[in-house]
Amino acid sequence: MRDFVYHRPASLDEARRLALEEGAMLLAGGQTLLRDMRQGRHSPASLVDITSVVPSRIELHDGAITIGAGATHAEVARSVVLRERLPVLADLVGHIGDPAVRHRGTLGGALATNEPAGDYPAACIALGTTVRTTKREVAATEFFVGHCRTVLEPGEIIIDVTFPLARQSAYVKFLNPASRYAMVGVFAAVAQDGSPRIAVTGARAGGAFRWREAETALRAAFVAERLRDVHLSPEGLVEDLFADARYRGHLSEVLACRAVALATGPSRGALVLSHGSQFGPGGRQQLI
Amino acid sequence: MPEVSMTVNGRLVHSVVEGRTMLVDFLRETLGLTGTHVGCDTTQCGACVVHVNGLAMKSCTMLALQCGGSVVTTIEGLAAFGAPLHPMQAAFRQHHALQCGYCTSGMVMMGLDIVRRLGEPDEATIREELKGNICRCTGYHNIVKAIAAGARAMAAQHK
Repeated sequence: MRDFVYHRPASLDEARRLALEEGAMLLAGGQTLLRDMRQGRHSPASLVDITSVVPSRIELHDGAITIGAGATHAEVARSVVLRERLPVLADLVGHIGDPAVRHRGTLGGALATNEPAGDYPAACIALGTTVRTTKREVAATEFFVGHCRTVLEPGEIIIDVTFPLARQSAYVKFLNPASRYAMVGVFAAVAQDGSPRIAVTGARAGGAFRWREAETALRAAFVAERLRDVHLSPEGLVEDLFADARYRGHLSEVLACRAVALATGPSRGALVLSHGSQFGPGGRQQLI
Repeated sequence: MPEVSMTVNGRLVHSVVEGRTMLVDFLRETLGLTGTHVGCDTTQCGACVVHVNGLAMKSCTMLALQCGGSVVTTIEGLAAFGAPLHPMQAAFRQHHALQCGYCTSGMVMMGLDIVRRLGEPDEATIREELKGNICRCTGYHNIVKAIAAGARAMAAQHK
């Protein structure tokens, strides 16, 4: 790895100024960036460590929860406010990476990275989240713009993210057996205005997306049966060693049904399926 | 070159490092604490797990400079040389929770973090919690047994 200058600014203004320097990159928890730098995907001239200048508080207000960009996954997963008011998000975040990664990785870092199989982007898109930066407020649906890309401009820093509470919500993902990232993950929600939202992650190289055909089918009734004749075209879906495009399309359909069923059932939350054990609300789950 | 200070296993250390120096390299190369291992270099295997300010973290995916002012504990910090092993280490020995031993220090450090957060979790939870620690020899059975036994021994100690 090429050497670089490390900055730990004392204020957001100083961080913005340093981030505008030639070749600078922002460093939050570093769980993706430092790994990618070691693999030669990035060679910044400097890293600007923003962990001590962005907020990490979690606050409930007016039917929404605002989470500071610096909140680690471990902090979000154990937040009492989230566990009570938006347990699906605490659950989802509690299954990102592994415990050591969750101690370090942050909300802001996960959003800015926009990994194609990331869990947070699916939640943000389905819940109608707003991302507040040092420049503006952006809807999540406009924030993510393709493979590992967002609308963030040089020197622009995510401050916090506001998640509206949903009437019903659940997330179901099936793990890639090797990487343990989602092979596919589906977030299903009913917003406060009653509209259904379905977001899929892991299926397209461009990252998480709204599955509008599924949403349309669920408008009449938010029940899994409504998805029986909805199919995700394999065109444009990810193909790799573990799953071809048709498999990923089928998996998206199956997981969407499971997510809707979970969201309308007694134990809402996040369900993680894999070739081995399954974890979700109430502990181990039977794979149906 | 930048300088960094941190407390490692109770000792204040101060050194010059490069910006790119990872915590694990600082521990191994600069301080000679080679109990912490590098397995995958892709943040997946957990051989490099240490505690930073009391939390398990992957020292291959942290810059030494990010740990300025932090308190770091490595496997060497659990029991003094010649002193009885920490109950978690003793449980790993008793249950033969290793074969080649490469992953062991990371497993022990993660085992302690599991106990700190969850007390005495059941077997399924321990397996889930070990998602980020890979062992290529044992098949995990004895590691899971050892962490459960270590958790019991630590709880008994606090009674």
